[in-house]
Amino acid sequence: MATATDGIFEVDGQTDFEADGDPIHRTRKTAMWVFLGSEVFFFGAMIATFLLYRHTTNGGPGAEIFNIPFTSATSFVLLMSSLTMVLADNAFQKSDQRQGRIWLVGTALLGLAFLAGQIFEFTEFVHEGLTISTSPFGSSFYMLTGFHGIHVAGGVLMIAMLVAFSLRSRLSPDHGMNVELVALYWHFVDIVWIVIFTIVYLLQI
Amino acid sequence: MLRIAIPILVFGALFAASCSSDLPQSSLNPRSVEAGRIDQLWSLVLWISVAVFVVVETALVYAIVRFRKRPGDEDEPKQVHGNTRLEIAWTIVPALILAFVAVPTMVTLSELRSPAEGDFLRVEVIGHQWWWEFRYPDIIDSEGRPLTTANEMHIPAGMTTELQMTSVDVIHSFWVPSLSGKRDVVPGRETYLKITPDADVAGQMIPGQCAEYCGLAHADMRFRVYVDSDDTFDTWTAAQLEPSPIPSSDPAAAGYETFTQLCTTCHQANVVGPGGSSEVIGAALGPDLTHFGSRSTIGAGIEENTAEHLAEWIADPASVKPMTPELNDIGAGRILGMPDYGLDERQIAELVSLLEGWK
Amino acid sequence: MTASNEDLGYTPSTKGLWSWITTIDHKRIGILYAVSSLVFFIVGGLEALLIRTQLATPNGTVLSADAYNQLFTMHGLTMVFAVIMPIAAAFQNYFIPLMIGARDVAFPRLNAFAYWLFLFSVLLLTSSFFLGGSPDGAWVGYAPLSTQIQEYVRMDYYSIGAQLLGFASLAGSINFVATIFTMRAPGMTLMRMPVFVWMTVVSSFLLIFSLPVIGVGLWQIFIDRNLGGLFYEAQAAGDPLLWQHLFWIFGHPEVYVLILPAFGIVSEILPVFSRKPLFGYSFVVFSGIAIGFLGFGVWAHHMFTAGMGPVAEAGFGLATMLIAIPTGVKIFNWIGTMWGGRLTFSAPMLFTIGFIAMFLIGGISGVTHAVVPANTQQHDSYYVVAHFHYVLFGGAVFGYVAGAYYWFPKWTGRMMSETIGKWNFWIMFIGFNLTFAPQHILGLDGMPRRTYRYADGMGWDVWNLMSTVGAFLIALSFLFFIYNLIASYRNGKVAGNDPWDGRTLEWSTTSPPPVHNFDEIPVVHHLDDFWYRKYGVDEEGRSVKLTAEQAGKPDVVVEEHGIHMPSPSFYPIVASAGIATLGAGLVFISSGPIGFGVLGVGAVVTLWGVVGWAAEPATREAH
Repeated sequence: MATATDGIFEVDGQTDFEADGDPIHRTRKTAMWVFLGSEVFFFGAMIATFLLYRHTTNGGPGAEIFNIPFTSATSFVLLMSSLTMVLADNAFQKSDQRQGRIWLVGTALLGLAFLAGQIFEFTEFVHEGLTISTSPFGSSFYMLTGFHGIHVAGGVLMIAMLVAFSLRSRLSPDHGMNVELVALYWHFVDIVWIVIFTIVYLLQI
Repeated sequence: MLRIAIPILVFGALFAASCSSDLPQSSLNPRSVEAGRIDQLWSLVLWISVAVFVVVETALVYAIVRFRKRPGDEDEPKQVHGNTRLEIAWTIVPALILAFVAVPTMVTLSELRSPAEGDFLRVEVIGHQWWWEFRYPDIIDSEGRPLTTANEMHIPAGMTTELQMTSVDVIHSFWVPSLSGKRDVVPGRETYLKITPDADVAGQMIPGQCAEYCGLAHADMRFRVYVDSDDTFDTWTAAQLEPSPIPSSDPAAAGYETFTQLCTTCHQANVVGPGGSSEVIGAALGPDLTHFGSRSTIGAGIEENTAEHLAEWIADPASVKPMTPELNDIGAGRILGMPDYGLDERQIAELVSLLEGWK
Repeated sequence: MTASNEDLGYTPSTKGLWSWITTIDHKRIGILYAVSSLVFFIVGGLEALLIRTQLATPNGTVLSADAYNQLFTMHGLTMVFAVIMPIAAAFQNYFIPLMIGARDVAFPRLNAFAYWLFLFSVLLLTSSFFLGGSPDGAWVGYAPLSTQIQEYVRMDYYSIGAQLLGFASLAGSINFVATIFTMRAPGMTLMRMPVFVWMTVVSSFLLIFSLPVIGVGLWQIFIDRNLGGLFYEAQAAGDPLLWQHLFWIFGHPEVYVLILPAFGIVSEILPVFSRKPLFGYSFVVFSGIAIGFLGFGVWAHHMFTAGMGPVAEAGFGLATMLIAIPTGVKIFNWIGTMWGGRLTFSAPMLFTIGFIAMFLIGGISGVTHAVVPANTQQHDSYYVVAHFHYVLFGGAVFGYVAGAYYWFPKWTGRMMSETIGKWNFWIMFIGFNLTFAPQHILGLDGMPRRTYRYADGMGWDVWNLMSTVGAFLIALSFLFFIYNLIASYRNGKVAGNDPWDGRTLEWSTTSPPPVHNFDEIPVVHHLDDFWYRKYGVDEEGRSVKLTAEQAGKPDVVVEEHGIHMPSPSFYPIVASAGIATLGAGLVFISSGPIGFGVLGVGAVVTLWGVVGWAAEPATREAH
């Protein structure tokens, strides 16, 4: 993708005496982890809101509206997409661009399938009387799952960009790095879903 | 010398002003048990704060004076990097001072927050944009209706009153500094406050106002607490429980006609006709007007309650106090002011006659 | 020795508007932040003067209640988000790479993006004056007041404007953390970093973890106002206190974000003008870290009157007292730095001493807030207004002005006028205290805040008038400051590399530095490494200037590949314009099709910016 230096000088391949490995790699990974740290608090605050309002149903539907088998299926789909993402990352590390692209496309498709499942589920809920305006429960449910969906969609967009760049020969072993960053993001979004699925759907405290 | 003398004088003056006051709405003019406890705690904290301030600022000033570079002085200072023992000392000493303050803080907090016990008066406080509703759930008339008034509260001296508070719209805060610290009134929740006015405060009027920004007329959401002797309090409650008479002669009678057509959209009154049985007319969206004539202010403490001011109010309420009645949505329970009904002088005079007659 | 353009690896155009629009040079971005901050300080200051004029007398009629409520809301938002945050960002942007011996930040284009997003967001927020009305819910925007009136667009500017500003700050914070942790010069261990760098680390982490929380709250406000949400609808059992928690979990760390960089600046200035090292460096660093951690545990001290219950109130009260300890430690260490030194009182030092004196007062009044029962009298009164202005103006503003005087020579190559600086200081010092000291009394005497007028006969008249006079004095002092900036930029004495005989690395390069910062990256062996290249220490521990022979050749990094600097880029401004446009579309989303139209344009522009950014290489070959 981008060429190497991005403003960082090199001293025999190292930036400081504590480092090992490609300095830009370290910098970008640090940034992604820090960003994911902020995302933990973003989703954490929405989960906290949901926990506050999980019984505030204002006369409308509550957790009984959930279809656990269906959501388990879509969760499984998302989980599988993390697997394909690992395989994609692996392929790019080994410089197999074509195989990497295949697994990336697979990941994106699984992600889209998850999103389709979410949309289907939400339309069902709306028919059964749970909208964002029904109750604080409804508002916090849709906000939490909606923002998660937006993050999945953002991930799909990034995967699409990776595929496009790979096709135009702008992803190389030096930049296998960027697939790794997107993969980190993708796994994070998947883990967030596991937490949401557990707290919102399964635990029903 | 002047540089040191002036700040000392200034801060001395400020300090003196922070100790006590006789201003009507001052927290430094405590006239209840609760405000007194807070004031005591405040005095302790003030003294300690001043001491810390003096010590540290003196060290700062001393350093500036003693270690300034003098002309011709080219010696380099010793490159001291720190002193661990000093660090420990000036970490522990402040911690001890804070611990010392924490104890009376926690004790006072738990005293003030404990529920009222024994014989106490209950008053419900309901915040509205931009006025205060006061109800006495235990002081009821023959029909079982509790005493309801607005913007003026009467409570007995030397006895505890417990306020049970909420809001119908946004968050407000009930603050009468000379009698208590403030407590927010929150829609959907109940909050509590205790006030035990000192016995010698009987006969005094103590002002307060809303202390949580609540929109356009937040600054104009004021109230008065009248601390009464037992007799005065009983007289007042008895009078407030009586319904007001429907007037039979003009101009008040004509005013009553207008009242029932326009004002009852938002206002309530407990009225009794010549026949004898009383009824409550109108909606409880705005202040209860049954004994409007007995109140000392209008518009939630904005103007003195005189015929002239009342006429101004009715003629153009928003000129007395900023409001946005055009945003009123009675169905949704959002009342943001009293509209201008475009009444003429005669109609206004009739209404004034009615309301001032309802003492 | 300066590197030629060919060595630099690119031929930038350094003049003209386009070069500023596409700059990704941290120094230029720092200057952009600084200029923006100053402009908005004037805006926020005018808002304050209007407020103070209205309050000079009881029952003032200068402003309507509606205008007043918008003005004080915007004054708070402007000063916090458009003045203090960016001036801190200005100093951090300019000096972090220089202080750690780097050539730029980790992500130069992200850096530019953060600036432009900041600027566009503030412009969006400020445009509210002309387009639909400004937010009028106070800077804290308490629900359900903030969600109550959906007919007006005002609070939508608030929820979106603050959200966008949060993104900008988040981008900046991630950049600084990545830079500081991975790009320090060889030998610069964490405990050899300047305190200013440390304070930036702590404040960046505070933002990274607190911004998302208010982000959630702001989206909830937006959803309630525009999408029928019921987060704060009391009739549906929505809880208004949820907003307060979400806001203050951000809001309290935010105040440390505002002050920590100023703590850092003061920690740099004192040693230079005392000619001694900072006293207790590691204690100053660790107390900064402690403040960061504790800062996340005290938020509900803003809610002592909200009815949380005595247990919560007691807990937060104690935690708040605790946080006074590391703050006190810093103040003592600063005085310790001066103690036994040889002090000179140039303008940076005057403002620094003013900072210490005023911040102490603000800190003490803050501790009195921790005394929960007393807090119930102080909260929402002018006593609080006095407290936070003492720490934010007497503290932060004095600290940042000190930084401006200190670092102006490095930015511009010229010294600011000392004479004007002294006038600036004294008028500001007197004006500031005249404005805010009386407000302590007003609060204790029962004057609530956020009130467009007050009654006469309350005993508040004299103090209010005094406060208003002081406010105009502050304005006068800023005229001196601005005049000093402009006149010195044109005609100031040439400064040279190291006019103050400094201790940190930025003074080792030219004034202003070349685009690549250092011809040779130093290898660092000490804290205050630059000082030890100039001075040794005698048997008594006093500094001794080294001769050229004694100093020897400075230990530097040998670079075999030449210096590669990142290329300017057009995409950061495009992406930020796209996101700001999306924001504008959201503000007007309930106003009909125009909102959706703007949203569409924003989406397209954002996509263009982001994809273009991802596709372009960071460095182009020289040509």
